[in-house]
Amino acid sequence: MNMMVALLGWVDDRFPLTKLWNEHLAEYYAPKNFNFWYYFGSLALLVLVIQIVSGIFLTIHYKPDALMAFASVEYIMRDVPWGWFIRYMHSTGASAFFIVVYLHMFRGLMYGSYRKPRELIWIFGVFIYLALMAEGFFGYLLPWGQMSYWGAQVIINLFAAVPFGIGDPLSEWIRGDYVIADATLNRFFAFHVIAVPLVLIMLIAAHIIALHEVGSGNPDGIEIKKHKGSDGIPLDGIPFHPYYTVKDIMGVVVFLMVFFAVVFFAPTMFGYFIEVPNFEPANGLKTPAHIAPVWYYTPFYAMLRAVPNMFTSQFPGVIVMGGAIVVLFFLPWIDQSPVKSIRYKDMRTKLALAAFVISFLILGYFGVVPASPIKTMVAQCGTLVYFGYFLYMPYYSRTEIRATMFRAPLVALYTLVTFVIIWWWWQDERVTVAIRSLMTIFALGYTTYFLILPAYVKPAVVKPVPERVTK
Amino acid sequence: MKKKLITCLLFCLPIFAHASGDAHLEKADINLENKSSLRHGAKLFVNYCLSCHSAGYMRYNRMAKDLDLTEDQVEENMMFIANFDKLEEGEAAKIGNLMTVAMRKKDSEKYFGAPAPDLTVIARARGADYLYTYLTTFYLDEKRPFGVNNTTFDKVAMPHVLWQLDGLKKRVAKKDADGKVMKNEKGHEITELVRVTEGSISDAEYKRTVTDLVNFMVYMGEPIQLERQRIGIFVMFFLLIFFVIAYLLKKEYWKDVH
Repeated sequence: MNMMVALLGWVDDRFPLTKLWNEHLAEYYAPKNFNFWYYFGSLALLVLVIQIVSGIFLTIHYKPDALMAFASVEYIMRDVPWGWFIRYMHSTGASAFFIVVYLHMFRGLMYGSYRKPRELIWIFGVFIYLALMAEGFFGYLLPWGQMSYWGAQVIINLFAAVPFGIGDPLSEWIRGDYVIADATLNRFFAFHVIAVPLVLIMLIAAHIIALHEVGSGNPDGIEIKKHKGSDGIPLDGIPFHPYYTVKDIMGVVVFLMVFFAVVFFAPTMFGYFIEVPNFEPANGLKTPAHIAPVWYYTPFYAMLRAVPNMFTSQFPGVIVMGGAIVVLFFLPWIDQSPVKSIRYKDMRTKLALAAFVISFLILGYFGVVPASPIKTMVAQCGTLVYFGYFLYMPYYSRTEIRATMFRAPLVALYTLVTFVIIWWWWQDERVTVAIRSLMTIFALGYTTYFLILPAYVKPAVVKPVPERVTK
Repeated sequence: MKKKLITCLLFCLPIFAHASGDAHLEKADINLENKSSLRHGAKLFVNYCLSCHSAGYMRYNRMAKDLDLTEDQVEENMMFIANFDKLEEGEAAKIGNLMTVAMRKKDSEKYFGAPAPDLTVIARARGADYLYTYLTTFYLDEKRPFGVNNTTFDKVAMPHVLWQLDGLKKRVAKKDADGKVMKNEKGHEITELVRVTEGSISDAEYKRTVTDLVNFMVYMGEPIQLERQRIGIFVMFFLLIFFVIAYLLKKEYWKDVH
């Protein structure tokens, strides 16, 4: 034992091991009132480890070559001992990563985790989400199945939609060839196994360093550092280790039950985690009947398809899709509510969040299934609600009516956009008048209730926030 | 020859109604635990499929092991195809070889218009029900190069390889009791397949045969699947016990948090 203490002392004189341990675990004080939604941060770290470890084993056996990639995946599935297990962990892990991250982000929206002083944590988080989407996109090409190939084709073509003669050379530069080919596979492999993971790990480090600098939020949206005991420790704080380590282990086990249920009993998750056409090798001459991205991209894909081509260009759709991510960065300054947590916000804000979540799910579903006139209309409505959650937030979150210089022009602009969408719906003869009327009422109602009413008539009302955290 | 066969209207057995254009699939009765069905399927596969279609990710010895066959049995009865991996002129296949075929892709394309796809994971790409329905819905069609078409896969490039077992079927309009042609809700005529030439085995036996073949292809699509589920049950039990311990540990630690 004395040997160990001496060794630790030796290390501590040269590297701040004990200091790091204390700052980030043993003496990092987290609020004691974390609920269910606070498991997903540590679970995301767990999934990252699963992906890195299983990914390393996959790269040992995989061949990033257009002629060998598909066969090497089947080789992993059959001839490599436990190769099937490693591969299913990795493919399930990809979807699990997005499930966990979506729930983690939802927690942020609900409890105002992005609010001052945690703006940078949120911004790093949005970058992590972007890196994760890139990582998933590059990785999906690697099995070199039909959906790998045609999914990548669809996404790279988005870059080709950039106007002013930039699009074509840009997409060619990304592919490294005139079509998706061996060169594309090879570079996507490089991005997937080293470039993006490095960025991802650095961003995650920044995310956690920023979090430990300002301290964790909690479901009440109260700063626990405001109430410290005589020893300087927050009264509502408990050391992360051992309290949250043992609690998170419990969460980890429950997560692993779900995770391994998929890995062992439904590894393709009925075509959602591994799409069925991906069991056919990539064929540049045979387009699949229906190309759908993997489920975690489908809300954005649905938004892309919901925007009609303008001047024969897909670019407006690409802008909307990109805007759906970019708008996330501004969230910390968009939210004008004096309280952080949904617990103390009013019904209007709760409804806005509920509508946002429902629209995200509906968009996700419409991104999976083939488009139809009615579905396109509903997807346009979903896109309105998605953006409405953010763009109308300065008005429905504010507790007083404030006549800023931007209020009238912005409200007019948003209302105009709503009217343009409605006008567009009434041009579409393929949809029954009843459905068009219903959609119109919904869109008008949404904009009136979440934008015009709070901006001019009835601002938000918040409940009093308690001094100390509640059970 | 074809015309002779058509004129030989020996039996007129309605097989099943099939709405044209509909992707109605018959349910394949798959049971991967049934080793004798899998062995029968493997025999059919190497005899009928594995000359144009490869199963290029599957090894003979893996099949032997999983289907409770000895390597000698497989070598003597199931390995007909030389291995062309190393030598142009080919050499005798070894038990550890992949189930490749001698037919080159470009020849295959010349003969059929499209290269015969590899069948290793076809059951995962198309589904067992599709394969089962496909193999039971070939019908005579003079307009096609091989004299047959398929209601499940229109204008299919493949000949009806199992015709000696299945016999030959003709596609006719389905009539109701009054002799009127039946139509579906879209106004399309409903057709059915009627066997005009008996195969060497009965209809029920043929269906059983196709089921065995599809059963084998489902196995081949993912040889580990039964083992995977067995391991999964142990993992779930382990995690369940782990959860109890993790829960008790958490409860013990959190006693002093108020």
